[in-house]
This record gives sequence, structure tokens and C-alpha cells, in this order.
Amino acid sequence: MNKVQPETILAVKDLVVSFTVENTTTIAVDRAGFELSRGETLGVVGESGCGKSVTALSIMGLLPQPAGRIEAGTIEFMGRDLVTLEKKKMQKIRGEKISMIFQEPMTALNPVHRVGKQINEVYRLHYPGMKPDEIGDRAAGMLAKVGIADPEKVLKAYPHQLSGGMRQRVMIAMALCAEPDILIADEPTTALDVTVQAQILELIKELQTRMSMAVILITHDLGVIAENCDNAVVMYGGQVVEKASVAMLFSNPAHPYTQGLLTSIPGLASTPKTILPTIDGMVPSLEDMPRGCRFSTRCPFVFEPCRDKAPVSLSVGPDHYAACYYLEKEQ
Amino acid sequence: MNQKEQPILRVIDLKKYFPVVGGVFLKQKGWVHAVDQVSFDLHSGETLGLVGESGCGKTTLGRCIMGLYPITSGSVMFKGQDLSNLDRPSKRQMRLKMQMIFQDPFESLNQRHTVREILGEKYRIHRKKEQSLDRSLVRLLEVVGLGERALERFPHEFSGGQRQRIGIARAVSLDPDLIICDEPVSALDVSVQSQILNLLLTLQEKMGLTYLFISHDLSVVRHVSDRIAVMYLGRIVEMADRDDLFAHPLHPYTRALLSAIPAVDPLVKRKRTILTGELPSPENPPQGCRFHTRCPEVMDICKKNEPLFKRIDKAGSDHFAACHLNDRGWHF
Repeated sequence: MNKVQPETILAVKDLVVSFTVENTTTIAVDRAGFELSRGETLGVVGESGCGKSVTALSIMGLLPQPAGRIEAGTIEFMGRDLVTLEKKKMQKIRGEKISMIFQEPMTALNPVHRVGKQINEVYRLHYPGMKPDEIGDRAAGMLAKVGIADPEKVLKAYPHQLSGGMRQRVMIAMALCAEPDILIADEPTTALDVTVQAQILELIKELQTRMSMAVILITHDLGVIAENCDNAVVMYGGQVVEKASVAMLFSNPAHPYTQGLLTSIPGLASTPKTILPTIDGMVPSLEDMPRGCRFSTRCPFVFEPCRDKAPVSLSVGPDHYAACYYLEKEQ
Repeated sequence: MNQKEQPILRVIDLKKYFPVVGGVFLKQKGWVHAVDQVSFDLHSGETLGLVGESGCGKTTLGRCIMGLYPITSGSVMFKGQDLSNLDRPSKRQMRLKMQMIFQDPFESLNQRHTVREILGEKYRIHRKKEQSLDRSLVRLLEVVGLGERALERFPHEFSGGQRQRIGIARAVSLDPDLIICDEPVSALDVSVQSQILNLLLTLQEKMGLTYLFISHDLSVVRHVSDRIAVMYLGRIVEMADRDDLFAHPLHPYTRALLSAIPAVDPLVKRKRTILTGELPSPENPPQGCRFHTRCPEVMDICKKNEPLFKRIDKAGSDHFAACHLNDRGWHF
């Protein structure tokens, strides 16, 4: 477990992302920050609208235009700030150094082109000099690597002819063509059945070790985080509320939101047919986020300062950070 | 469970085949065996969880019981009466007592109707007196945790969790006995899921409801169910008391499903059975045992003979499974 301090390859600092739709500007990500080391699996967990996907899209430079805008902060990848990087250079990094797979592989693949054509395109983009024959071989090899039994057949298939699990494998193959340093997986198994989910997560883990890449695993499923990640970031309402190693986060959650989340899911340890602890209310929409701590409207420990100003992240243990006034008071 | 008392719902050899058509003249090419020879009893006040992956037929089964799909063969007995033999008025009376909650609270509520209209429709259809309608509606909203103000609002003004509450209010409005819950929390955020599960449990206790709870999420099913049935490719492959099923799963598919649930505890490292391959097409289910193409413990006999779904004596009082392994005195 305890290795030498590994090299940080991605550092997101104080990222603020806004969306402007019909002249209303909302802050989707508010001063989010985290680091990713080489070979690490970082989980980003939160409910819908918590800003986890927007953060990922910001890293990829794929925020929907013109609505989305990075207002402040830096995304440092191997010493370069991706926020200010020019478009051409960003294109070089995207796909080649940092790749992404999405939740719904059906919408991420082009339905009117065969799988082979779509994979070949990736190779042509990243390896301009490569001969068509070699591209074909490499594409088939890549599909074999992601556990597709009959690559030639799949290369000739259209996306709709493949099952959900197969399509996600194809997506992973495409994302890994150029052997990136970072793979961002945005809810990669949410649309899949549990038995297929287990297959895909196992595959990502295996490829990660083989290619020594870092993985950012975005999900709403705490079980997926617990089983697959080294460290995790909990997001709520666009803010990072807690950061810790997975072991720490699950054994000793600090932030009231994380605590609420962990106790409210029915797990194998909970007593069946009993009333579950809940987090009152619901996630506020981005337009009417409370001032101050965004969790203050639902927090059982809320007190005066929470409603005024957003709390800053503070250390609550070794490599364990949480943003909460209540914890500050306790300390 | 109490065996002496008559079950509230009895499903006997239910089959639902959908025709597959193709070609220029839309000739029938085959059948999708969506639900194939499913039988079970449901007793008053209990919750039967129905789990399985997408395409296993669990939703179709729920809809057949509700009468939303005509069944191919078999029968559904509700309170001792065969639903397919009833005339229209009696069927309508029966329907009153059997309701459904849907997965998607965004699509199952009419966007153009206010909550008053959505909830009031039930009373109108079943010709209940309008006199005290408003009072009933307000009381109904209170029961599901929404205020009176909700009456004049449209579904889009509510969050997913609140919409599901409206769906639940609609289902319980006419005091039903049986509710078929089809993935009622799958579309909701994690922190809202537990609120809805709590509501369902409270209502069950208060109103003496019986639930058929369909879900793909085993942790959720475990939390609400007394008994659990596992479906694979249109068949129930195992059925047992909740704790029995989790402690001693007898079917390899159940074991694989259980081991695939990610544990919310990083310190628990379990031995995991990862199934290879994918769900075969229900249009052309495999010969013999339907699970043999993916089964880690497949034997020769599995490819030829379909195992019977039967009571396994050694396992517990009410443990049923369809697997050849159990014929050979195997223990797990």
C-alpha cells in the first residue's frame, strides 16, 4: 500500500465553471480541486448535478460551447495549464494523453459508421503516417485486448448490432488506442447490468495495470468507488466537500453529506424492512443554490456561519480533507 | 410464510411470447419468449422481490399480471379469481385493488395535467363520489409527504423524488391490496432513494399492502423484500426467503449476481464470480438449461435437459431452484 510518493500528473486547482443559458449564469463547479498521481484510480462521487461530469469535461476541454466557460482556476497536466492551452495543442493532448469514455456508449458511437471505420479514424488522427494495413491490424489487436472474442466481426458491425457491454468495450478500445496517461471514465457502467458491470470494471483495472495509466472514475455508486478506487473526491452542488483515501472515506467519513450518503444506502449490513436514515430534502437546483455552504439546507448540523460563507477545505486527518464549519468547530 | 391462508396473488405457468415479424410482408419469423412458465404465490402483506438483468422478463411479468399485456397462456389468480375469466365490470372491480408504480416518474405522469387532475382521474374512472374529493386528495398528498400546495402544480415543477411520490399517491389512492412496483427508485438520486423506500415501507405497514417489487438492484430488493425470486431469460431460476437466498444461493446465476454487487466497504474483498459472455437472445434461448452458456459450473446434462424448478428440501422450508447441480447432492 505505502509506496514512494508518486508523481502528480494532473492537478485541478480552484476550478470554477459557469454555464450561461438564456442570459442566466449559473455556477456548475465552484472552486473544485484535486490531484491525480500516475497509476492512481481516483473516484469522483456525487449525485446528478453535483458537477462531476462538468469537471471531467473541463479537463478534456470539451465544455459545451458557447454556454460553458471556465471562469477561474487551473488544470495542470504535466506542468502545463490546460485551461490556457491553445486549441491545436489541446487537440494533441486530448485522446493521446487524456482519454474519456462516457456513460451511454450508444450515443457516443456514430450509428451510421461501422465500428472499424470509427476506430481507424482514431489511429489516423493520432498516428498520421500509419499505413492502412497496419491501422487495421492495430484496431483488431486493440479489440482483442479489451476482451472481444471475434474482433474481425465486430470491426464490420454497426454499433446497434452490439450489446451494451460490447459497445462499452469498443469505447474503451477507442479511448486507449493512443495509450493515454489518464483515462476519465464518466459513469462507464451505469447503463449496464451488474454482471456486465463487473466485467467492464475488471477490464479497466487490468488495462490500467498493464498500461500504467491513471484513471478518474466518475460515478454515483459508492460501491463502485469502494471496490475500485485508491482515493475519492465527494462532490455536492459543484463543490468538493470531502477528499480522502477510500479506506478512510468509508471507515471514517467526515463531512455530514458523506456520512448521510453512506448511511442512507441499503447495504448488505443494513437490517431489511427497517426505516433507513435519510438526508432530508433534495439536491437544490443550480439556479437556487444556497449562499454559503451548499449543503446547509439539508445538513443536520447546520449552524450560523454555514449560511453566510462557503467553508474552505481543511485537513481532518492524514491526507483527509473536508469543507465544513461544524468540523472546524469540533476541532 | 403462512401457507394455510389463500394467497392474494397466484401466478400459474404464465407465458408471454411476443411475435417477431420481418420481411416485406411482415411475416412472422418467430417468438420472443419474454416470460416462460412462471409460477409463484404472493401472500397478503408480504413483499416478493423480483430481480434479474435487463431483458430477463421481469417488467413483462409485472405488466402481464396487471393485465397491461394479454398473456399467451397460463393464469393469474387474484384473490382466488382467475383474471382472464372475468367479465369487464368484475375485472374493473379487481383492478381497483391492484395498482402499479412505474420506474420513470417523468414519463408516467401526464405533463399537461395538474396533480389534482392526475390524482382525481382515478376517482372519476372508478366512479367514486366527488363530494369529499378535495379532502381526500389533500389527505393523500399528506400521506406521501407532499403539501396541499402541490395540487395545482404540474409534474414538471417537481423533482424526481417528488414526482415518484405523486406516482405512489396515485397508486394508493383507492386503497389497493396489491401494488406492483416496477423499478420505483432506479431513476432517483441516491439520497432520495432511501426516502422513497422508507415511504413504501411505511405505507405497507399502515395500509397492509402487498408488494411485488421489481428491481435490478439486489441491495434495494434485499432491503424491502420478505422473499426474493431471481429471473433469467424469462424463467424464475431461484426463489427463497430473503435471508436464505443471500446466505445459501443454490443457483449459479444467483451466486454470480450476488458476487457482482459492489460492496460499500473497501475492506471487504470478496471472491468474485465474473460471468463470461452476454445474455443470449430470448428469441432463441439455449437448449437445456438457459443459463448453461454462461454457467461456470456447467455439466453435460445442462446442455440437453432443462432442469425442473422445484423445492430443494435440504436447503430450507421454501427454497426453490432450477439447477441440475442440486440433483447431485452438491452442497454450497
